[in-house]
Amino acid sequence: MTITEHTAVPAQRTANRPAVSGRERLVVVGNGMAGIRAVEEIFTRGGADLFEVTVFGDEPYGNYNRILLSNVLAGSDTEDEIFLNPLEWYTANDVRLRAGVRITGLDRYARVVLAEDGSATPYDKLIIATGSRSFIPPIKGLVGPDGALPAGVFAFRTIDDCRSMINFATATPGQRTAAVIGGGLLGLEAARGLQTYGLRVHIIDAAPTLMSQQLCAEAGEILRRGVEDLGITVHPGARTAQILLTEDEAGSPLGRAVGLEFADGTTVDVDMIVVAAGIRPNVDLGVRGGLTVERGIVTDDQLRSVDDPDIYVVGECAQHRGQVYGLVAPLWEQATVLAEHITGTNLDAAYHGSKTATKLKVAGMAVAAMGLKEPEHPDDEVVRFAEPGRGVYKNVIIRDGKLVGATLLGDTAKSASLIQAFDRGLPLPDERLELLFDIGLPAAAVGVAEMADDAQVCNCNGVSKGKIAACVRDGVKTVPGVMAATRAGKGCGSCKTLVKEIVEWAADGDLEEDPSANWYVPGVPLDKPTLLAEIRARGLRSVSAVFAELAPDGKEDAASKMALTSLLRIVWGSDFVDERDGRFINDRVHANIQKDGTFSVVPQIAGGVTSPAELRRIAEVAEKYDVPMVKITGGQRIDLLGVRKEDLPKVWADLDMPSGHAYGKSFRTVKTCVGKDFCRFGVGDSTALGIAIENRYKGLESPGKLKLAVNGCPRNCAEGLIKDVGVVGVDGGRWEIYIGGAGGAHVRKGDLLATVDSPQEVITLTGRFLQYYRENAKWLERTYTFVPRVGIEKIRAVVVDDAEGIAAELDARIQESIDAYRDPWLERDEPATAGQFRTSLPLVTLPQVPVR
Amino acid sequence: MSAGSTKARTIHSLGPLEAIPVGEARAYAVDGRQIAVFRLRGGALRALDAVCPHAGGPLADGQADDNVVICPLHAHVFDLATGVSTSGAEPIGCYPIRVADDGTIELTL
Repeated sequence: MTITEHTAVPAQRTANRPAVSGRERLVVVGNGMAGIRAVEEIFTRGGADLFEVTVFGDEPYGNYNRILLSNVLAGSDTEDEIFLNPLEWYTANDVRLRAGVRITGLDRYARVVLAEDGSATPYDKLIIATGSRSFIPPIKGLVGPDGALPAGVFAFRTIDDCRSMINFATATPGQRTAAVIGGGLLGLEAARGLQTYGLRVHIIDAAPTLMSQQLCAEAGEILRRGVEDLGITVHPGARTAQILLTEDEAGSPLGRAVGLEFADGTTVDVDMIVVAAGIRPNVDLGVRGGLTVERGIVTDDQLRSVDDPDIYVVGECAQHRGQVYGLVAPLWEQATVLAEHITGTNLDAAYHGSKTATKLKVAGMAVAAMGLKEPEHPDDEVVRFAEPGRGVYKNVIIRDGKLVGATLLGDTAKSASLIQAFDRGLPLPDERLELLFDIGLPAAAVGVAEMADDAQVCNCNGVSKGKIAACVRDGVKTVPGVMAATRAGKGCGSCKTLVKEIVEWAADGDLEEDPSANWYVPGVPLDKPTLLAEIRARGLRSVSAVFAELAPDGKEDAASKMALTSLLRIVWGSDFVDERDGRFINDRVHANIQKDGTFSVVPQIAGGVTSPAELRRIAEVAEKYDVPMVKITGGQRIDLLGVRKEDLPKVWADLDMPSGHAYGKSFRTVKTCVGKDFCRFGVGDSTALGIAIENRYKGLESPGKLKLAVNGCPRNCAEGLIKDVGVVGVDGGRWEIYIGGAGGAHVRKGDLLATVDSPQEVITLTGRFLQYYRENAKWLERTYTFVPRVGIEKIRAVVVDDAEGIAAELDARIQESIDAYRDPWLERDEPATAGQFRTSLPLVTLPQVPVR
Repeated sequence: MSAGSTKARTIHSLGPLEAIPVGEARAYAVDGRQIAVFRLRGGALRALDAVCPHAGGPLADGQADDNVVICPLHAHVFDLATGVSTSGAEPIGCYPIRVADDGTIELTL
């Protein structure tokens, strides 16, 4: 391919003037990451058939990854390793590369670019991708009138800069000293790189704290300590008055740099100086071509100069909607839009700007930063955690419920989910702390990214991290979608948070928002408050009525029925219209289904206190029905396991005891310790109180199951501190009430709700809290999630202090539920439906477990 | 049943429709096989193998809507019209079933 030299082109726009080959001439000024990425994107859209491409580059090389120059300086990458497009790429793709030829002029009327060597190159389309140059601060002695730097002073922008620094640093023997001007990312990387050559390094930072572009002062200060621990001396807020020079350097009009003098007169002696004080867009070409230039060359949403539809601008030299980007991710997005538009593959392609987030290691410390570094408005919500001793700092800034900024220093385990929330404006957890930490998930002590691929995430269904990630890679882009496809989180559910994090990590920001996340049930697109309001307003008393009125197309949904049944019972009490198909099997037959299709039977033993007569009846029933296993439960009751469905009514009749409700999403048990009647330490009558609580609230349906305990003293023998509601007798006849504890798949110590003077107050506050939970918790949300989500202060205000004036209503509504209670085992005499207790496995001999 | 089956089909009477509550299912032993019959709220009947292929769960104890049943043991989901699982379990048999003129259930096996 030859180039037609420019001769007397008429000064007139000739649209789409064909080139010799029939293809348009595309000239790219700038052979860096932006320019070549744009060319590659154009080629993947058939651009090779549309354009003859000529690329001009200042530097006499192919395209390399400028970001990795720090690694070259530090010796962790070789020069060869950082090339993205070696010279062979240009040949192979028929791209004419004019490396080392600087473009100095643009004649838009003639449609040519003019090179330093006097040549003129015509174009039909022009891409300006001239990037940036190092900013040299106006310090006396730092730069000569011709722009040249003194000997021993280096900018840090190009591969040649990098080579010169390495040569200089390794040329002179002995202990030498370097100063890096600039405490930003590049300066820190330069400082760390220079240390590898044995230099003593000073960072001269005009800003008061390091990385002040990305980090707030507090984080910058923690970073400084980390940097100084590496043996680097930091001079924060240093104002350099002048560079000290000697004139003994032949060939350099300025001489050689030997030190810096600060504004306060103090000096530092150095052997070399690296300038890393920021970058400035190279906009000269735009200025000379008469294009609108502010900080960068101003573009429209198609990355075209606002003045000339045939000139595109991409990368660090482009200014789009007032923003100039210095990071690589926006550049990729710009290159894609540019390519779609210039090739005509998508003329509607538009760039809307980028939200920039960075995650990197600087001087050995992990840093992730996005958006605002500090709050800007009085109403901005800030959550901040600092642990300087360990070099950890975290903050998030929230505005109107959306993440608008975040900084993670030292521990970036949460960066993936934060970047996603920031980028997509996702709803945030009510407990903001979850943004900064993985709470209560042992497996997440290791960051998701660091987990091994074969690490088992869902211990119920045996799903590994790798399987979840593979599912996301196969195109499933919602958390429920991945859970449905892999069955991860579909067992006990305790790994759901971890599954969510892995999906977010694997999707790397490309996650689809899941609108159903806030619905109470999957089949009705309403959150709980709205659903409750609609149910009350429309008087919906049955599950089928809810579907008919509130579900899309009135379509019923099997997976929603159990939750709706529970909710309607809570709302309507005895006025609830019971449709038995709305119940889960356990609630249809009042027993817990086992793996072989038999059931477990747990009679009520309130407070764990039984009698010889009850024990005798239980023993006789166990023998009569060949019950395979008789088991003492964790809730201080007796479980008869392996009972055939058809035997259930007879078993209940022979037991002649009420249901213990060991099968539903409902109030289960109150565990008690011996209490003061017998225990020599007991200070409260725990058994009496436990029995009273259980008898009053037994069987009440709720969004999740409820397990309670009453301790007679702080020794906590009944484990009250890890119960949904735990009561602890303390000296002086007083009782502490803890809520939101857990000792199962999730372990959490309950929060102290109140300390009260009488058992009656315990019973009242317990009921009021239970009703508040029943009305406000999400389906299957246990109190250990609900309490921290709502906040113990809020719950205390409502339940104890009646701050919202609803205490009486809560008391009244739970009383209605109590009044509507009927022992479900009485259905033994009058079955609720035809064949209620008929076997569902008529040819299988049950139980399948032999009698022990 | 595949259309090309050479085995003769037999019609079995399973008794009155009222034996199955609306929206629920009951299991029947038919010709040495266990069949779960679902009486949908929309009025239709569906017949599937009664045992979940995943871990032997009794599908007649599952919760259903007009399209699917959810196994009560591990929540595997089966399409009532085809027997195909939408949750990754093996597919199960699905059989023609109707209400005869006399109000009894007729299953074709």
